[in-house]
Amino acid sequence: MIRVLATCALALAPVPVVGERVLSIGGSVTEIVYELGEEDRLVGRDSTSTYPAQATALPDVGYIRQLSPEGVLSVNPDLVISETGAGPVEAVELLRAAAVPFVEVSDGYTEVAVLQKIRDVAYALSVPAKGEALAAEVSADLDAAKAMATTDRPKRVLFVLSTAGGRITAAGEDTSAEAIIEMAGGVNAVEGVSGYKQLSDEAIARAAPDVVLMMDRTGDHAITDDDLFAHPAFAATEAARTRSVVRMDGLLLLGFGPRVGEAVRTLAVALTEAGS
Amino acid sequence: MVALADTTAASRAMTDRGQLARWVMLGLAAALILLCGFSLFVGATGVSPVALMIDLIAGRDIDLRARVVIMDIRLPRLALGLLVGASLAVSGVVMQGLFRNPLADPGLVGVSAGAGLGAILAIVLGGLLPSALGAAMGYALVPIAAFVGGWLSVMALYTVATRGGHTSVATMLLAGIALAALVGAVSGILIYLADDAQLRTLTFWGLGSLAGATWGKVLAAAPLMLIGIVGAPLLARGLNGLALGEATARHMGLDVQRLKRLAVLLVAAAVGAAVAVSGGIGFVGIVVPHLLRLSTGPDHRFLLINAALLGAIILIVADMIARVIVAPAELPIGIVMAIIGGPFFLWILLRRRGILEM
Repeated sequence: MIRVLATCALALAPVPVVGERVLSIGGSVTEIVYELGEEDRLVGRDSTSTYPAQATALPDVGYIRQLSPEGVLSVNPDLVISETGAGPVEAVELLRAAAVPFVEVSDGYTEVAVLQKIRDVAYALSVPAKGEALAAEVSADLDAAKAMATTDRPKRVLFVLSTAGGRITAAGEDTSAEAIIEMAGGVNAVEGVSGYKQLSDEAIARAAPDVVLMMDRTGDHAITDDDLFAHPAFAATEAARTRSVVRMDGLLLLGFGPRVGEAVRTLAVALTEAGS
Repeated sequence: MVALADTTAASRAMTDRGQLARWVMLGLAAALILLCGFSLFVGATGVSPVALMIDLIAGRDIDLRARVVIMDIRLPRLALGLLVGASLAVSGVVMQGLFRNPLADPGLVGVSAGAGLGAILAIVLGGLLPSALGAAMGYALVPIAAFVGGWLSVMALYTVATRGGHTSVATMLLAGIALAALVGAVSGILIYLADDAQLRTLTFWGLGSLAGATWGKVLAAAPLMLIGIVGAPLLARGLNGLALGEATARHMGLDVQRLKRLAVLLVAAAVGAAVAVSGGIGFVGIVVPHLLRLSTGPDHRFLLINAALLGAIILIVADMIARVIVAPAELPIGIVMAIIGGPFFLWILLRRRGILEM
């Protein structure tokens, strides 16, 4: 009897290991954790973490920029790994006050940045060697994809974020969409505007896209090709003439995670096929 | 003179309601105290304040995480909910009394719009501040900017509407609508300039939430909100007089001009500070005063205090729902408020159709 009790006490004694209960914030971070094969350590995710499908079974602590501190603490994490931009600031500070290690990985829309993000996540999980291996793999994959995507006749691509209310919100310069378009051998049709902006019909006509790129989704943002090209802004464009529209999963296209090579390859093939 | 007015036949009919209003006040106060205690038990984590207290009293080492959840998350949130709910409800009563219009709310006199503009300016252009100043303000920047924006817009309206020592309430209402349009346009420009991350911050700020409550915020905003909550009942007799019409009130010996000025300043302080710390939480300022008027009559002596109590109760309850209904994530409280409160208010109106009068 006494031996049993003693064993129980031993089992209950706290063993301070950091990173056995990991909360992953941000779709690309979660993807990296799965690619590293460390998914058994995950206890939660944020609402942008939707790939791979198993990840959606984890408790969802909310949107990356609107975390609830008590919600985060309720999954009892001993390590939080997050994309840049987790917030609000107050929530992150409270997590620090509660002594939950909070790691924010580097961000960016270049090959170097993606590889660094992978290394950061692997380092936080104490598996740096796996991180190097994955980084090398992703790098090789992306290089091959980019080489395949090279073309001497780059297409002008307009990334349409939303068509809500008949007004077109498109990707300007310095956006994740522009970065992936360029990696896939296209050029961003929108110039002289930075960020995601609502564009006038004339500005879209002037951008003269050969192809329209959109996220593949349902609900308010779903729009049929017919409706899209019936929009006066597109009437005179090459994209409308050839009915060239490419739809891709948002997290794949703009996530800049380990699937970036796949994103480039898929987009490059779609761009080549579009209008032909 | 005021005492004379109190003894008129019209007011005598109100004495029964006055009795009722006193009982309602007691009931609300008791409910509020119970709910305050209860709200410390409600949250995504299973942490209990009782266990924490026992540990504290027994002198045991307390779990850091439990301490943070109770002391730094739930308590400041409760305090903020109390203050914001009371501020918004009391401001609603004062505005409706001042404008003698059941639709008046703080939004109409430009406080909310001005405060919103201040917040948006801080979110979008905060990065342009000299870095030393920006660092010193930290995340207090948005609340402070919102308060200053609310304050400035009320002062602007007040100046426009005052001529020869007389403030025209109608001019102020109209100017408020013009100002709201102008502020809306400027906000639109800033939203256009905002980058992706700033846009998302703006969206969530607009929905309203108590999730960002910290002791720093509570302490910064509490004095302003308390001025409004505690100061408003002092205007009760004046507002009662004003309900009979401005001319009558003047004949009763009320300094109507001073009353208007005080009322507007109190509302600016309370709502500016509330919007600053919690974003756009609508609904409380309209519904709480009407619920109370429907049940206990329009006497401001009870109305203002009961509104503070009921406003606090409603906000605390809504916040409890907001933080557990989609746990471990949470809903913005503005959404909870509208979804529960909207239909409830319609139901009340339908049931008691025709009774609504100011």
